[in-house]
Amino acid sequence: MKPAAFDYHRPATLAEAIDLMERFGDSAAAISGGQSLVPLMNLRLSPSDQLVDVSRLAELQQTRDLGDSVFLGAGLTHAMFEDGAAPDPANGLMRQAASHIAYRAVRCHGTIGGSVAMADPAADWPAVLLALDAAALVRGPMGERRIAMDALLTGTYTTSLETGEIITGFEVPKLPADARTSYVKFNRKVGAFASSLAVAVRQGEALRLVLAGAGPRATLLAATAAAFIAGAPKTSVRNTLAGEVALIVEADDPYACALHIATILRAIEEIS
Amino acid sequence: MKMTEISVRVNGVAMKSSVEPRTSLADYVRETCGLTATHLGCEHGACGACTVLVDDVLTRSCLKFAAMCDDRHVTTLEGLANDPLTDLLRQCFHESHALQCGFCTPGMLMAARDLLRRNMTPDEITVRNALAGHICRCTGYSGIVHAILLAASRLKPDD
Repeated sequence: MKPAAFDYHRPATLAEAIDLMERFGDSAAAISGGQSLVPLMNLRLSPSDQLVDVSRLAELQQTRDLGDSVFLGAGLTHAMFEDGAAPDPANGLMRQAASHIAYRAVRCHGTIGGSVAMADPAADWPAVLLALDAAALVRGPMGERRIAMDALLTGTYTTSLETGEIITGFEVPKLPADARTSYVKFNRKVGAFASSLAVAVRQGEALRLVLAGAGPRATLLAATAAAFIAGAPKTSVRNTLAGEVALIVEADDPYACALHIATILRAIEEIS
Repeated sequence: MKMTEISVRVNGVAMKSSVEPRTSLADYVRETCGLTATHLGCEHGACGACTVLVDDVLTRSCLKFAAMCDDRHVTTLEGLANDPLTDLLRQCFHESHALQCGFCTPGMLMAARDLLRRNMTPDEITVRNALAGHICRCTGYSGIVHAILLAASRLKPDD
C-alpha cells in the first residue's frame, strides 16, 4: 500500500527538529531509517502527517568515550554495530544483537534510537539496552534529560518521551572483560521479530535478565535472577521463572510460556 | 501537501524532480525514471523485490521516501548492467535455474552482490541467511542458493 499524504521536513539542526516536533505535537513523527515507521505508514497504521527527517543530524551520529560508559548516538545503524564500525561497550553483545535484527537492507538504515523510540515489544535494542542498564539521553523543548531504559519503556509502542522530545543517544556502561553475556532469540524465520528474546548480563554476583516478545515491553526478571545468583536449585529457579513469565504473558498461552521459559533458561545456562 | 524538490543521481544520471513527500523511492525510480527492474511486491519491507542501492548501501526502496534521497546516488539493477560481479551472478543464475517468473530476481541479485562484496567465501547457511528477507514463490530457493555459491566459487581475489 501507499502511505497517506504528509508534509516532509528536513531540519538542519537538532534545535530546529525539536521546534518542529513541538509545533506539530501528536501529528509529528521523527524519521531516521524509517524501517519500522514506513511499513506502518504504508499500512496506514501511523497517524502522523508531519514527518521530521533527523537522519542527517550530525549530533545523532556521534560516539563518545565517557570513562565508565560510552555515548552512542541515536542515529547509529544496526549495520554499524554489526560491522564493528560503532563501539560495543558490551564486549560483543551489541554486535551480536545488531546482526540478528531483520535483514541486511533494513540493518543498513534502521537505527538504535529509532528502534527504542518505536518501542516494539519484541524489538532487540530495548531488551539489550535494558539488560545493560543503559540510559537514553533525550533533548526537547525543556532541554536535555537522561532517562533510564526501565523508565523510558512504558508499554506497547509507547515511551515516556514528551511532546517535542527526541532521543539523541544512549549512555551504555562499559562491561568489564570478565562479564558474561548471552542473547537467545527464537523466531519463526530469520529476520522476523522475536517470538521470544532473552538477554542476560552478568557481572560477578549481579545478573540482569531481560525477556522481550512477551507482554507490552521488555521486562527485567528480577526474582529469577536473584534465585539463580543465590544458588537456588534448578527446579526452584525454573518455578520462580514460570511465575514471573505467567505475570507477563497476558492470555492463557501455554506455548508462549514454555517458549519464554526455554529461552530464559538457555540464556542463564550461557552465563553460568 | 507541499511538493518537495529533490536532486538525485540515478544510475549516474543527475535528476531534478518535484515529488510528493509520500512518493517512495521505488515508485520514483519506476514511474518518474522509467526504471522497471525494481519490482514492488509487498510494499512493507518483507519481500525484498524492490532492493536497490542508495550511496552504495543496500536499501528497500519501498521503505525510503524519494524526498529522503535528495543529494544521494541511487543504483538500480539497470545501473549494474556492466558491473562484473552482477554479470557473474546473472550467468550463475542462468546456469543454476535460479529463476522462473523472475519477479524476485532483481532483489535477489542485489542481495547476492551485497553479500559477495562483504564475504567472498560464504557457506550455504550464510547465503540462506542473507536471502531471508527475499521471498521467491517459484524456485524453492535451491537454485538461487546454488547460483550464489557457484558465483562465489568463481570469484577471483581481485573481483
